[in-house]
Amino acid sequence: MIYREAGQFKTSYAADQQLFPIRQDRIGVILLLVVAFLIVPAVAGEYWFSAILIPFLIFSLAALGLNILTGYAGQLSLGSAAFMAVGAYAAYNFQLRIEGIPILVSFACAGLTAAGVGILFGLPSLWIKGFYLAVATLAAQFFIVWCLTKFPWFSNYSSSGVISAQKVVILGHEFASPREKYLLVLTLVAVMALAAKNMVRSSTGRAWMAVRDMDVAAEVIGIRLMPTKLLAFAVSSFYCGVAGALYAFCYLGSVEPDGFSLDMSFRILFMIIIGGAGSILGSFLGAAFILLLPIFLDIALPRMAGLLGLPFSNATVSHIQILLFGTLIMFFLIVEPHGLARLWQIGKEKLRLWPFPH
Amino acid sequence: MFKYRKSALTAAISIALLAQAALAAEEQFFPITSYRVGPYGANGQSFFGGFADYLNYVNIKEGGVNGVKLVWEECETEYNNAKGIECYERLKDKAKVSSGPIHPMSTGISYALIEKTAADKIPMAMVGYGRTDAVDGSVFPYAFPLVTTYQMQASAIIRFLKEKEKGSLEGKKIVFLYHDSAYGKEPIVALQEEAKLNKFELTLIPVAHPGNEQGAQWLQIRQEKPDYVVFWGWGVMNQTALKAAQKVGFPREKMIGSWWAGSEEDTVPAGDAAKGYMSATWNVAGKNVPLIADIEKVVYGAGKGNLQDTSKIGTILYNRGVSAAVLSVEAIRKAQEKYGKGKAMTGEQVRWAMENLDISNARLKQIGATDLLPEIKTSCDNHEGSGQVKIQQWDGTKWVVVSGWIEGNKALIHPLFKASAKQYATEKGITPRDCSKES
Repeated sequence: MIYREAGQFKTSYAADQQLFPIRQDRIGVILLLVVAFLIVPAVAGEYWFSAILIPFLIFSLAALGLNILTGYAGQLSLGSAAFMAVGAYAAYNFQLRIEGIPILVSFACAGLTAAGVGILFGLPSLWIKGFYLAVATLAAQFFIVWCLTKFPWFSNYSSSGVISAQKVVILGHEFASPREKYLLVLTLVAVMALAAKNMVRSSTGRAWMAVRDMDVAAEVIGIRLMPTKLLAFAVSSFYCGVAGALYAFCYLGSVEPDGFSLDMSFRILFMIIIGGAGSILGSFLGAAFILLLPIFLDIALPRMAGLLGLPFSNATVSHIQILLFGTLIMFFLIVEPHGLARLWQIGKEKLRLWPFPH
Repeated sequence: MFKYRKSALTAAISIALLAQAALAAEEQFFPITSYRVGPYGANGQSFFGGFADYLNYVNIKEGGVNGVKLVWEECETEYNNAKGIECYERLKDKAKVSSGPIHPMSTGISYALIEKTAADKIPMAMVGYGRTDAVDGSVFPYAFPLVTTYQMQASAIIRFLKEKEKGSLEGKKIVFLYHDSAYGKEPIVALQEEAKLNKFELTLIPVAHPGNEQGAQWLQIRQEKPDYVVFWGWGVMNQTALKAAQKVGFPREKMIGSWWAGSEEDTVPAGDAAKGYMSATWNVAGKNVPLIADIEKVVYGAGKGNLQDTSKIGTILYNRGVSAAVLSVEAIRKAQEKYGKGKAMTGEQVRWAMENLDISNARLKQIGATDLLPEIKTSCDNHEGSGQVKIQQWDGTKWVVVSGWIEGNKALIHPLFKASAKQYATEKGITPRDCSKES
């Protein structure tokens, strides 16, 4: 009843091609942004910012990057965490070695550096596909982490190899409190998500999808495979790189190469599988699921155990949490293999017909 | 009747409120970011079990510190940095009211918390791990790498070897086999300085995490034929190294590990390959320390023990957890002396106490912890407080202490910390405190 597009006529091409063609969607997105930018900073506490919202946004961005490569262009990658590491270390080094460089410029340069490295490791995709490509990107994961550990120059000869991110100062204002960092991360993520949303419906995005669905057919209709695939690698790594820089500068504050492990790459991959491959919204839903559900279980389980009077120790709670988390992943994959984004889409379609489904 | 009931009600309420207020004032909170599951869960269980047991012990035996009950909340980090931060943020609100030192037991987490704890005014103890240049308290007011650091430990090991070689290491060959991470790399600077000073030849051989494959490294060691292997391993890497050493026939008596490579969790799985292997430690193992025996009697006797597997009592990591708790509780005591006995201490007050700790052997004897840990005396420019370790040797069934307390070469090592802390201060724009003005 509320969610119906009856009466919304498109009178121009511009209106027909806009990002959110349905008015309710537009209002919804604007409302969401208003809540995120104005209401959340006013009400949320420090715990929410530093432990939940900032990592959620950063991982959403990384998942978005991987989604561009895997979900849209169909190239399976296991190197997302490594590209994040490139971003983090690049941003640190730009800040360190270039006097007075604005932090946002370093973030952008970090993204570009990651994009360059991404292109390099994307080259095998021209010859190999599917799982074999995944193995090739696995090499990126190990090589980059090894490289950052091996050459002390990257960590400015720190004896431990750990880098400590510099202060985030923009136009003379220092972003020190979690609230300010949240707003900075949110702005970057919002801008980049909108850019991604635009990109995937442009000719570039359509070329990616054509390659994903059948690369021979795509080649036949005149899409050049090499630039298309490499562009996908570049854009994806750019997103991961910026996410990595934010991870170091706005979330942890200090990072070491080992932190960007294969485990993290897998988590990002699970985010897009659970959230929905080939969907911008899916990246956010997946990140929320993978990151927030364990925290929720971690907080809720001891309380529930307390209510029921069960003698749970911390270790038991952690084990049960892992168990439940795994079960829920399986449940969602069985119920909806295309991810949470698909569930959302089905919901929207039902809502359009509601309350008269026939 | 009605009036009477009303006044009784008010009385009851006011008593309840008073009791609550008294209760709130008499509790000293400890935020505990522990790990009992995950890859290092076994290590965490012993350490945090010991930590909680000692807090419980103080509560049962003395009714808390001067009547202030010790309370704590645990949060599982799984040795994961991101989870550690989440836990810290979760516990922070309570810790802002009153807080004992936080022990992350993870170098990664402690690095991530250095700035946060300083901003929130919650002291962080990194007993034998973590950011070592925090020894310089003028730059790191809230971080305490107590007892000793990797660098001082490496230096102490070299001193031990030197004594073994009758005072000179000149021309000897020493291989440093290390976990290729922040943890393994920290002592390198110290070893290089020692190599220059003592004129021995140092070869660095890294092992990639997790270290369950060391064939190539041990082949290299066999070719090098070093006089000693100094070994900085962690977790599964330790037993693998011992087995690999046995395979290539390198004598275990010439292998000497760091304190993270010297617990029962490392030697027992290696079987007879571990016999003769030595390691540094800043606390001794065994139940013959009176305090440990008493904890078993008092806490486990009352059925309030933290460990499910009681065979861990008296292991090296368990005793380490107890030692860490002893340090924390002594800091609370010290703070109460200055800021008021019988009151809960804030993080700021505990920080002061940790900077002015003076735990003498006499005091250690009083609590029954003689030789459990070395004497500690901290100050603003020395957050380490001791720098001493003992060397222990695995006899096939248990750790046997084979040396007295050995102190690293402070004159050589501490300037390295100062330089590193200074670099950190300039990078971060911190103005160091003037330690001469601290009291």
